Amino acid sequence: MKAKKLVAILLALVMVAALGAGCTKTQTTPPAQDQPTPKEPMVLRYNLGVEPETLDTAKMTGIPEFNAVLPALEGLTRIKADGMPGPGMAYKWDISEGGTKYVFYLRDAKWSNGDPVTAHDFEFAWKRALDPELAADYAYMLYHVKGAEAYNSGEGSVDDVAVRALDDKTLEVHLETNAPFFLDLCSFPTYMPVPSKVVKANPDWHASAATFVSNGPFKLTKWEHHSTLEYEKNPDYWDKDAVKLDKLVFYMVEESSTELTMFETGQIDYADNPPLPEIDRLKAQGVFKVSSLIGTYYYIFNTEKPPLNDWRVRKALTLAINRKDITEKVTKAGQIPALAWVPPDITDAKPGADFREVGGDYFKDNDIATAKALLAEAGYPDGKGMPPIEILYNTSEAHKAIAEVIQEMWKKNLGIENITLTNQEWKVYLATRDAGTFMIARAGWIGDYNDPMTFLDMWVTGGGNNNSRWSNKEYDALVTKARLETDPVKRMEMLHQLEDMLFADGAWPIMPIYYYVDSYLMKDYVKGVYISPLGPIDFKHAWIDK
Amino acid sequence: MVRRLISMVLAVWVIATITFLLMHSVPGGPFSKDKALPPAIIKNLEARYHLDWPLWKQYVHQMYNILRWDFGPSMKYESRSVNQIIRDGFPISARLGAVAVALSVLVGLPVGIISALRHNRWQDNIAMGFATLGVALPSYVVAALFIYVFALKLGWFPSSLWGTPKHYVLPALALAGFPMAFIARLARSSMLEVLQQDYIRTARAKGLSERVVIYRHALKNSLIPVVTYIGPLIANVFTGSFVIERMFGIPGLGRHFITSIYNRDYTTIMGTTVFYSVFLVIMILVTDLTYALIDPRISIADERK
Repeated sequence: MKAKKLVAILLALVMVAALGAGCTKTQTTPPAQDQPTPKEPMVLRYNLGVEPETLDTAKMTGIPEFNAVLPALEGLTRIKADGMPGPGMAYKWDISEGGTKYVFYLRDAKWSNGDPVTAHDFEFAWKRALDPELAADYAYMLYHVKGAEAYNSGEGSVDDVAVRALDDKTLEVHLETNAPFFLDLCSFPTYMPVPSKVVKANPDWHASAATFVSNGPFKLTKWEHHSTLEYEKNPDYWDKDAVKLDKLVFYMVEESSTELTMFETGQIDYADNPPLPEIDRLKAQGVFKVSSLIGTYYYIFNTEKPPLNDWRVRKALTLAINRKDITEKVTKAGQIPALAWVPPDITDAKPGADFREVGGDYFKDNDIATAKALLAEAGYPDGKGMPPIEILYNTSEAHKAIAEVIQEMWKKNLGIENITLTNQEWKVYLATRDAGTFMIARAGWIGDYNDPMTFLDMWVTGGGNNNSRWSNKEYDALVTKARLETDPVKRMEMLHQLEDMLFADGAWPIMPIYYYVDSYLMKDYVKGVYISPLGPIDFKHAWIDK
Repeated sequence: MVRRLISMVLAVWVIATITFLLMHSVPGGPFSKDKALPPAIIKNLEARYHLDWPLWKQYVHQMYNILRWDFGPSMKYESRSVNQIIRDGFPISARLGAVAVALSVLVGLPVGIISALRHNRWQDNIAMGFATLGVALPSYVVAALFIYVFALKLGWFPSSLWGTPKHYVLPALALAGFPMAFIARLARSSMLEVLQQDYIRTARAKGLSERVVIYRHALKNSLIPVVTYIGPLIANVFTGSFVIERMFGIPGLGRHFITSIYNRDYTTIMGTTVFYSVFLVIMILVTDLTYALIDPRISIADERK
């Protein structure tokens, strides 16, 4: 029976192969490998992976959207290869004592339709993004600007938003409080300028490549939905000598196995999500690469649900897993075991210092002895009498594998028998997490900007992302205090104190598991691509070396 | 005919209503995201898309939009309208679908008929072996196999993307696999059944040549089940396949039927569903009209009275 089937399959293959061969007899020679000649345009092909939701910088929120506009647009600043903000449309700036007033001086730059890029374009763009009627998700990224939140929530007036073009080339901004990461934010899409003349004439200018206007290293020349984005070098860009690529092509292939085939057949040079089962093989070939990503994969405890309302149980669960095993045997892409909350690669007060290194670890990995003692203290020696607990995750093979390992570790290390795993479709899971009708939920957090605050202010009482429902008035007060502190050293001390409080007795609202990494496939001839630890990719300095 | 048209409109209305109720009863909304948005922002968004209206008002608004054939802006792809999404995706899915349907009919039908005529001989056995395979193998397995063999190993065809005629080959074959096999089996069994009928025996008894018996008498009647299948097949295949489009990176319409639901993109869910339903009821009507053309028992008999 089996043999018959096999023969049938082989026959089918042969027949289909014959059919295919018949169709293409005239073009059976495979396309010759591109020979590098000096005249040939230098093209880099990258798989963006998805169709960008929009190319309107005011309305975008995701990394793919950022990546889609970063070649074509530039804000006041642009992140340099060392991760620090450098000059962009602004060639210099003054910051007031106390850090709440910024004055930006703009260079002579042009939009790709010939209009000059002016300070008015920035003022217009920021106020546009804050317009309640535009209803931009990321309008809150602009809340650092004085008067922005009031206007966006319908309580204030647009005239009180403290961004003002003093003249065509000078932009003055007042902030609500000191924000040491404000220059980083100025490179962020929400803060990018829009061509105000064009927008007034055609509010949908961003919807097609024909009407899109660029001011970055490249010009957007083509946007085929769910298929391709193309960019060409912008001859009017102020720093055009630094741009080596003639053309950039982004594809939107979603299936990771298809993406891998394209990479292996030379249709793309760079791709983002290598399929997990192939990682070992790709590592051996040397095309699998990893760079840092400011993010933490963790479990949230619902601190209102017994037995998780006892911090000792939460701490015991946190200590009793072996993160090294999880990152080495399950996730495998080079993730780092997380023994604290704020991930590495966030700068501390002193230049060059790393917040994580200064702060150190808060607990030991796989500390079973301490965990057992804590669990006994909480009244469940060796897991006896422990009420059932449940782990919730959004449906995905990767999350499932991790949850199963953790279930096994808790069972083996702490003797907790009754652990159920529940998976829900993404949006259902989000609804459950927000409603607080879970016990332990998987989550991930990627920083919005390079500062520990993007990880710490989410745990304030009633915070929109504080699904643990943990509440500590001292913590809330310290967050507010740190926001107002103008001395960077003192401020950073406060941020370290905030993290201390998360792992103090009585706290432990979360169980950090690992720090994310950004894993990707890149051909060796691709050079100079800057992958920000916040996710976005900058192709400005990229080139092909073959 | 008028009654028929009314019932078609009713069918679409019922489908739209059920879709509306279902999508609003599923937990999570278009703006629930991993990073929770501040309440003021949610308020702005809901106002923009009228989600702050009472449900009955949203329903009336949406039905009115359907009547005007304007499905509104997508809640996920904010710079595009649902009509635009359909306009962009449908022609691509339809062209690929047309190739696939043509392939399934042009190969499936003759294979089925030859099988029937060579009943239980080697031609029949081989053809039906393939047909069983075609029905049993899911399209994503076929697609993965094709990509591996013809794109990765042999390099004859591109593994993905869209644009040139070469890009049609693998996805069209993968898409045609099931319907081709199904049509072959359908045509075979239907032909076998017809060949047992009295009028065929009569025709043969009258001394008509085998050729005339088959072409004039048997073939037409054996087509009925195939036509019944092809009508809805066209509606189905022309609107795109999520799996095939995803695996080959084709910018068609098929993805939106699935992803709009994941995204809770209410306007796109409604737009694509209504579009598909309208297409489907029209194809069913066309199918019924085709019966009249090929089956004397249905309407030509009436004429002869």
